[in-house]
Amino acid sequence: MYTVPLPRIGTDIAWRDAAKRLIGAGVSPDQILWDFDTEMGELFATATPLPPVTRRIKAPQSFVEMANWVVWHKDPQRFARLYALLWRLRHQPGLMQDRADSELAKLRHMEKGVHRCKHKMKAFVRFRDLRQGGDRRSFAAWFEPTHHTVEPTAPFFARRFADMDWMIATPDVTAQFVDGNLSFHPGQPKPDLPEDATEALWGTYFCNIFNPARLKVSAMTSEMPKKYWKNLPEAQHIQGLIAGAEAKVQQMRDTAPTLPPERAAKIKRQLGGDQADDS
Amino acid sequence: MARLDLSQKLAILSDAARYDASCASSGTIRRDSRDGKGLGSTEGSGICHAYAPDGRCISLLKILMTNFCIYDCAYCINRVSSNVQRARFSVDEVVQLTIEFYRRNYIEGLFLSSGIIQSPDKTMEDMLRIAKRLREVENFRGYIHLKSIPDAAPELIEQAGLYADRLSINVELPTDNSVKAYAPEKNPATIRKAMGDVRACKDVAGERSYTGKRGKRFVPAGQSTQMIVGADGSTDATILGQSTQLYGNYKLKRVYYSAFSPIPDATAKLPLIKPPLVREHRLYQADWLLRFYGFGVDEITAARPDGNLDLEVDPKLAWALQNRAQFPVDVNKGSKEMLLRIPGFGTRTVGRILTTRRHRRLRYDDLLRMGASLKKAQAFITAQDWSPGGLTDSANLRARFAPPPEQLSLF
Repeated sequence: MYTVPLPRIGTDIAWRDAAKRLIGAGVSPDQILWDFDTEMGELFATATPLPPVTRRIKAPQSFVEMANWVVWHKDPQRFARLYALLWRLRHQPGLMQDRADSELAKLRHMEKGVHRCKHKMKAFVRFRDLRQGGDRRSFAAWFEPTHHTVEPTAPFFARRFADMDWMIATPDVTAQFVDGNLSFHPGQPKPDLPEDATEALWGTYFCNIFNPARLKVSAMTSEMPKKYWKNLPEAQHIQGLIAGAEAKVQQMRDTAPTLPPERAAKIKRQLGGDQADDS
Repeated sequence: MARLDLSQKLAILSDAARYDASCASSGTIRRDSRDGKGLGSTEGSGICHAYAPDGRCISLLKILMTNFCIYDCAYCINRVSSNVQRARFSVDEVVQLTIEFYRRNYIEGLFLSSGIIQSPDKTMEDMLRIAKRLREVENFRGYIHLKSIPDAAPELIEQAGLYADRLSINVELPTDNSVKAYAPEKNPATIRKAMGDVRACKDVAGERSYTGKRGKRFVPAGQSTQMIVGADGSTDATILGQSTQLYGNYKLKRVYYSAFSPIPDATAKLPLIKPPLVREHRLYQADWLLRFYGFGVDEITAARPDGNLDLEVDPKLAWALQNRAQFPVDVNKGSKEMLLRIPGFGTRTVGRILTTRRHRRLRYDDLLRMGASLKKAQAFITAQDWSPGGLTDSANLRARFAPPPEQLSLF
């Protein structure tokens, strides 16, 4: 029996390395316990060393890519499921093309969940200006991801916000980018971030880009689920916008057509004149 | 009049911009700022940073440079004869808003449009100054979408294409006659010419010179346009016919359909009806069928004699219900073309079916796991363990999908 410890930071590399050794040594899935971030406690902490790399087993590229995503899922069974599929792949090389295999379908579903979480993190992280002075501006955000997506998503922020320092703090893992260097640290409780006046402008924009005549709340919540709202500064306006929408549209209907402002006639005369000149 | 502060201007000029449907930030070249000398990145797929309660995605800071306008387009909130409050951003204000919003991860970039002030050229020049500042002074590498001003000089449009990821110009209404009636100062021929110019510039930029070098990137995310639906009497057949021509002639990336919705201080010329949102939705579905599923306009609009799409069921299902003789299709044998026509099957599901059936025969549950919507598809397919029996030709098949009859509302 092998107990394989997997760290919270660098989970992907640790899992891949362990899986390579175990599959090479022909260790069957029922002989392995995967222990993420010592969650199993002391009870299972047997120090059976992993087998050395003896034989290289080739896994299809599509499996490797999928595994690189699935390891970040929150399901405790993810490592065991991945290894079980890898085990089957030894004798069923075409398995990855079988989109209807139920085990593969489950893993693909988990992969999709991680992708979605990563996508939502790219979308919903909201930085606040820390106003610290100095050459580089610094910003910080608090975010609560559904899966363990900070590590695979942070490089996106590093590519995008390379000329500033930033931190994304989460209960899971905290990412820090200082002077062009990205590092990861243990998760933390919500930090006290300073108020940022730009949030009010963003709220103004959010309220005014909304068209009250097209109210479609379910379309909004399916893409921006309520669980994210508490960390989105614009979300505080949502209830008010929904409540006031009907009245706003009714007001547009009820208001009688107004007479054009004086300048309209003047401009029209000028335009009319121009067009006459053109012809 | 008291001077407006930034927040008031933002309120007026985003309110004025919300009738433009496009908020796409996808499909451009990959850029990033890893060199530490700039700000921003674009990575192919767009990101929707927020959703408003109208269900629309907020990806870009979508604003007007100014809502002063010398034109009098009946459907437009900013027409010269409207009494809405007017405002104008300075170059600096737009640049600062874009950069500060971007740094806080609120947006993917800027979608800048404008009312027409003084002259089309003057307006376009001012918009160019903003784009140039963002790219050359702020080293902004995020997404920029500029709305071309009709009648602006071709040189200005050419310049705009070097700064912007996307250019768009709205055809506004589906027929030339409607444009004449509702947007008297706009000329459909010049709008089409502008689209033709953009296409020509993009074609030239895509070619390699004799040294094998590519020219400067010109609107890498292509051009798009928008049509207002429901303001004039055009049928869906007319609208989709127009779209097909636009896609073909000008290689447009997207045609947006915008259901005409009540605007503040509306003109008496247009009724303030409830916006035809379902119709808009059906047009988008039909647009997709034309571009990715191999359907022709005639096929899609033939279902009803009045030339409009069925509002109760989606256009693919409507077509299948009309052409039941071609069903059921065997998912283990059917051609790709025919699989794409099965209601409830998307392009992805079809791709998965094609790869998997090389290895083994597909059953009903397999299709479920591949993401097919079998509630719709089951009447139109056969699989290893599934046959629809008499379902395909049953008289009440349509009733299974159409919403139950409803009492008419007073609108």
